[in-house]
Amino acid sequence: MTGPDVTGGPGPQGPQKGGKKRAFGHTVINLAHGSGGKATHSLVESVFLDAFANPILAPLNDGAVVSVAGRPVAFTTDSFVVSPIFFPGGCLGDLAVNGTVNDLAACGAQPLALSAGFVIEEGFAVADLERVVAAMAAAANAAGVPIVTGDTKVVERGKGDGCYVNTSGIGLVDERAVSISGAAARPGDRVIVSGPIGDHGTAVMLARGTLGITADIVSDTAALNGLVNVLLEAAGAAVHVLRDATRGGVATVLNEVAAASGVAVVLEETALPVRPEVAGVCELLGLDPLYVACEGRMVVVVAPEAAEAALGAMRAHPVGTGSVIIGEVVPEPAGLVLQNTGFGGARVVDMLVGDPLPRIC
Amino acid sequence: MRFVDEFRDRDKAVALAVRIAELCTPGRHYKIMEICGGHTHTIYKHGLEHHLPPGVELVHGPGCPVCVIPMGRVDDAISIARTPGVTMACFGDMLRVPGSQGSFLDAKASGADVRVVYSPMDALQLAVDEPGRQVVFMAIGFETTAPSTALTLLRAKAMGVPNFSVFCNHVTIIPPLRAILDAADVDLDGFIGPGHVSAVIGCRPYEPIAREYAKPVAVAGFEPLDVLEAVYLVVRQLAEGRAEVENQYSRVVTWDGNPRAVEVIAATMEPRPHFEWRGLGSIPWSALSLRPEFATFDAEKRFDVPGVRVADPRACQCGEVLRGRIRPWECRVFGTACTPEKPIGTCMVSSEGACAAYYNFGRVNLKRPLARART
Repeated sequence: MTGPDVTGGPGPQGPQKGGKKRAFGHTVINLAHGSGGKATHSLVESVFLDAFANPILAPLNDGAVVSVAGRPVAFTTDSFVVSPIFFPGGCLGDLAVNGTVNDLAACGAQPLALSAGFVIEEGFAVADLERVVAAMAAAANAAGVPIVTGDTKVVERGKGDGCYVNTSGIGLVDERAVSISGAAARPGDRVIVSGPIGDHGTAVMLARGTLGITADIVSDTAALNGLVNVLLEAAGAAVHVLRDATRGGVATVLNEVAAASGVAVVLEETALPVRPEVAGVCELLGLDPLYVACEGRMVVVVAPEAAEAALGAMRAHPVGTGSVIIGEVVPEPAGLVLQNTGFGGARVVDMLVGDPLPRIC
Repeated sequence: MRFVDEFRDRDKAVALAVRIAELCTPGRHYKIMEICGGHTHTIYKHGLEHHLPPGVELVHGPGCPVCVIPMGRVDDAISIARTPGVTMACFGDMLRVPGSQGSFLDAKASGADVRVVYSPMDALQLAVDEPGRQVVFMAIGFETTAPSTALTLLRAKAMGVPNFSVFCNHVTIIPPLRAILDAADVDLDGFIGPGHVSAVIGCRPYEPIAREYAKPVAVAGFEPLDVLEAVYLVVRQLAEGRAEVENQYSRVVTWDGNPRAVEVIAATMEPRPHFEWRGLGSIPWSALSLRPEFATFDAEKRFDVPGVRVADPRACQCGEVLRGRIRPWECRVFGTACTPEKPIGTCMVSSEGACAAYYNFGRVNLKRPLARART
């Protein structure tokens, strides 16, 4: 395939690339800066990236890979501020462990050790803290990684939302995964997602209890290191990109990959795995499941000749039974994600500015 | 998904597209305005224009409620929100709408208590739950959302909730249509009528539009096949030399609408002599304010509202986009100074806004369908 029949439109052509410093243009941080979309990128690029400038940080992958005694070691950190703390399918605790394990897995690394930092608000119930910690222990056990160090801070009432958890992790990069990077997608590659999308974000939205909607939806929070292991067994170096689709959903991850790799991604709407309950809630709220967070889904970009083997291996793993191919990498228009719609049209799947805003009518 | 998938059927779309093409006179350009932002969103989200013959152009009208709110009203609302003790409750897509001094999101970041609600009833509940705070509901929208504001006002009055008020920005659909049609340089051929508004007001109010201006109107639902069928109905009227109101959305909309909904609007609100529309200027009798009986719930009376008229930014061509004079990408700041990230005009804010919809979904000129991805 030589790419879709597209020509550049009259508008701008996708996200800007390159590390040129741009003025941030905001005097205070607002919530959109934490959404994982364009506003977050603008914050990272104009405030953090320049200040911390170094070649290991620059690719902005899910984790960094540093060389330790000549061996590639993945290193990542993530903070978890979910509200409510307990939701169907999980809680702050398993989310904090799985999130960091998955960031390591997305670097092609098996986790070696995690840290855990707690910021606890005065008045937080010890029973709740114990539930969170028990969930962390169980999740770490399931992922086969110890939590080896930690820190605790207590802030005054009103200065925190119950409990925040930060986890960091290190892992040894699998030798078959050393070239995995968000910049490694090539035209012809297939795009696989490891199961139904949007479950976590929808479950948490409903758990907040403000929508008056009840549905049988549970978070997909799960450790994906085992899945990545069988994937690498099956497809090895043919695996070009691994991304953990969290905040901003599959659409945001693929936009990052398209921009970093200088390629386009074409999705088939009819191939997207969305549970009927999730599709229904999203329809009601005017949200697009492509932008809704997952916490146990890997987006895999794999060379075409290895796609079937990769898919077969993923489907045989307990957390990858719902794996499907959802699209293909094409050369043009570089930096964009496009979608053939079920209705027979096509559209751009852009990165959102901030959180998806529910539409009023 | 049942009741959704059948309205997104590709084969039916292809068949309908053939019938539309058959009705079009070769060489003739058809300019059809979809009034409602919900339709604009549907058109882009599903790539509906791929099914249209090259001569049929869809123009995105003024029916996106947040797109037509002028900067001065946003400034007024933010001024209320910054009043100590006030909680401002609004719909999610109001958050990023720019006033002259920033948006609700910016006001929230600098300390104002702004909360997103899904219904005005949620705002009333907030007032009940937090009696120490003044809760103000930022009411926006056409006749679609006005009944829920009206019912909330009736409830608030019956319950006697003293700390609840409404900052009313409700607008009505017919006056801006007349304003657009009365402008000298309009070359529209017909309208796709808004489905949800019409569920309230019915189809009858469009009859004078169809008759006086000789423009076909087809009231349509919000699934892509609904919109495509409405295009078919308008083109068929044009081919047959008719200019009438037709109801494509009969599964929801009746000819006379919902009399109870119209009644509660009339019981709580009355037309305003003037209201400023973003890009369209002041249109007489085009918006609603609270009736004197509800003055105690009127945020404009309860709080000091600056009421300053703020001119649209000079570079912004939202007005010309809303009138169908130019396509979104023809605006001089589209995609450069004005993006969804830093919108200058409101058309770039809501996903229903013509510019944002085009920017998000359509900014690559997909001349032919994409090759199918191999999955």
